[in-house]
Amino acid sequence: MSKAQIMNGNELVSEAAIAAGCRFYAGYPITPSSEIPEHLSKRMPEVGGVFMQFEDEIASCMAAVGASYAGYKSMTASSGPGISLKQEAIGLACMMELPLVVVNVMRGGPSTGLPTRVSQADVMQARWGTHGDHMIIAVAPETLLETYTETIRAFNMAEKYRTPVYILTDAVLAHLNGRVELPDPSTLEIIDRTQPSVPPEEYNPYDVERFGEVPPLPNKEKFHDYRFHMTGLNKDKTGFPTVNKEAVEADEERMIRKITGNIKDIESFEYYKMDDAQLAIFAYGTNAAAARVAVDEAREAGIKAGMFRPITVWPFPEKQVAEIGKNFDKMIVTEINLGQMLYEVERATKGSIEISTVLQAAGVPIRPQQILDKMKEVL
Amino acid sequence: MAFHYELRFAGIGGQGNMLAGAIIAEAAIFFENKYATQVPTYTSQVRGGPTKADIIISDEPIYFAESTHINFFLALDQRTYNLYKGDTLDGAIVLVDSGLVNVPDEDRAKWDVYEYPIIRTAKYEVGNVITANILSVGMTGELTQVMSLDNIFKAVEKRVPPAFLELNEKAFKMGVDIAKKLKAEKGK
Repeated sequence: MSKAQIMNGNELVSEAAIAAGCRFYAGYPITPSSEIPEHLSKRMPEVGGVFMQFEDEIASCMAAVGASYAGYKSMTASSGPGISLKQEAIGLACMMELPLVVVNVMRGGPSTGLPTRVSQADVMQARWGTHGDHMIIAVAPETLLETYTETIRAFNMAEKYRTPVYILTDAVLAHLNGRVELPDPSTLEIIDRTQPSVPPEEYNPYDVERFGEVPPLPNKEKFHDYRFHMTGLNKDKTGFPTVNKEAVEADEERMIRKITGNIKDIESFEYYKMDDAQLAIFAYGTNAAAARVAVDEAREAGIKAGMFRPITVWPFPEKQVAEIGKNFDKMIVTEINLGQMLYEVERATKGSIEISTVLQAAGVPIRPQQILDKMKEVL
Repeated sequence: MAFHYELRFAGIGGQGNMLAGAIIAEAAIFFENKYATQVPTYTSQVRGGPTKADIIISDEPIYFAESTHINFFLALDQRTYNLYKGDTLDGAIVLVDSGLVNVPDEDRAKWDVYEYPIIRTAKYEVGNVITANILSVGMTGELTQVMSLDNIFKAVEKRVPPAFLELNEKAFKMGVDIAKKLKAEKGK
């Protein structure tokens, strides 16, 4: 059995990043994410990695993209205002198809909003914050241990699919100090980007015909032997720009398909006491903890409630939510914002279910009692 | 029902209430083998803003970590007392700094209230105002009996810089003694 420790969400993201093989962190501090750079500024040098604080969020995210290009597993972290600034670089990573992990410790907004207080109001920003057609992966852990395991999974998916992956935590999870027993490192599945097996002169970074939909990408050991071009412009297999209609269309579609086509591998969700439930709750991230407690308390009071909790929030679990729409009469959507995932739930269920909400954007967590009160109201 | 105890330490930024809360949670995890959480709430101000640390100790994993049914409430500032007292259960133990917090009569009727000049005592009797939080930890341990005082002190030792250990030990023991005296005055 592993040893019990007391850690907070920010420290767990940092330690998980190191366990996942991240050896480059670039960022600019911002509450409530600052313990991530604080922790990694000590830990990265200890493991032979690079920690860099830049002049701002734009530069730091660009550096993280650059490091990924050079073969490093890289990460950047921030909160809403900083994530807004990073969008340009995140889009670049989407187009260049570079692995990148972006941590958004969500706080109240828009703008500088509520620096020290909780929110889940950046979930749509994660999906559509950067411009252009693109698909994104985002995970939203509920507990401290899950913050650790989902960070590892975020790196694995970033490497496997050559894509940016968001980790969406929030001010509560970031600063929650609690008991954790971390898994034995030898039991962790760590995925590294596929390495080219062809000689450097035959390697092209987007040669899908030869290598498949996610071509290999040199790691930091091989990077110096493989010369290749990447750009933010739509590209052909060599990484040089193209405006060829067929090539662009195929590339755009493939970049989305490499994620949606592997949904079985990427999706992750929990059905909590849903088997015999009469009322479904939709919740994610730390807010799911409140919903979980509410479900337990409801059952003690004779209300058969259950919770559906996406852990991978992007791509949205459309099939699962559509099923719930067919099998239940009523659903409560709860999130710490004024209604964002609500749109996705409505879209997926297509009017087949009566949806009520417990939404709050006041900088404080939604309490189990609020969800319980809503359950009693709708039943 | 499984053991479940909720505390809230409220005050203003700089008083050390966050650390005091962390020490209680760490004592529970490391030395009592329980589940515990500490959630700090603060403002953008480095010092002077209202702060609270919510601590939950349980035999079972804790999901929702904000204290909503408080068994013990500590307040070292009037504004935060007013702001954060709302979740305190009837019959709960309430400890305030008598020099800084006025407890209204209606609150006295609901709660088991203890008042003491904690910050003054830390400054003039322990000898350093920064020990006010450890004095509070000692008082909390004795008033709540939520775990063994030895185990709480082990967590203090783990957290406090060695150069200040002696001073903090003095504060902790003084806190325990004061709490014993206050309980005796109430016939407890």
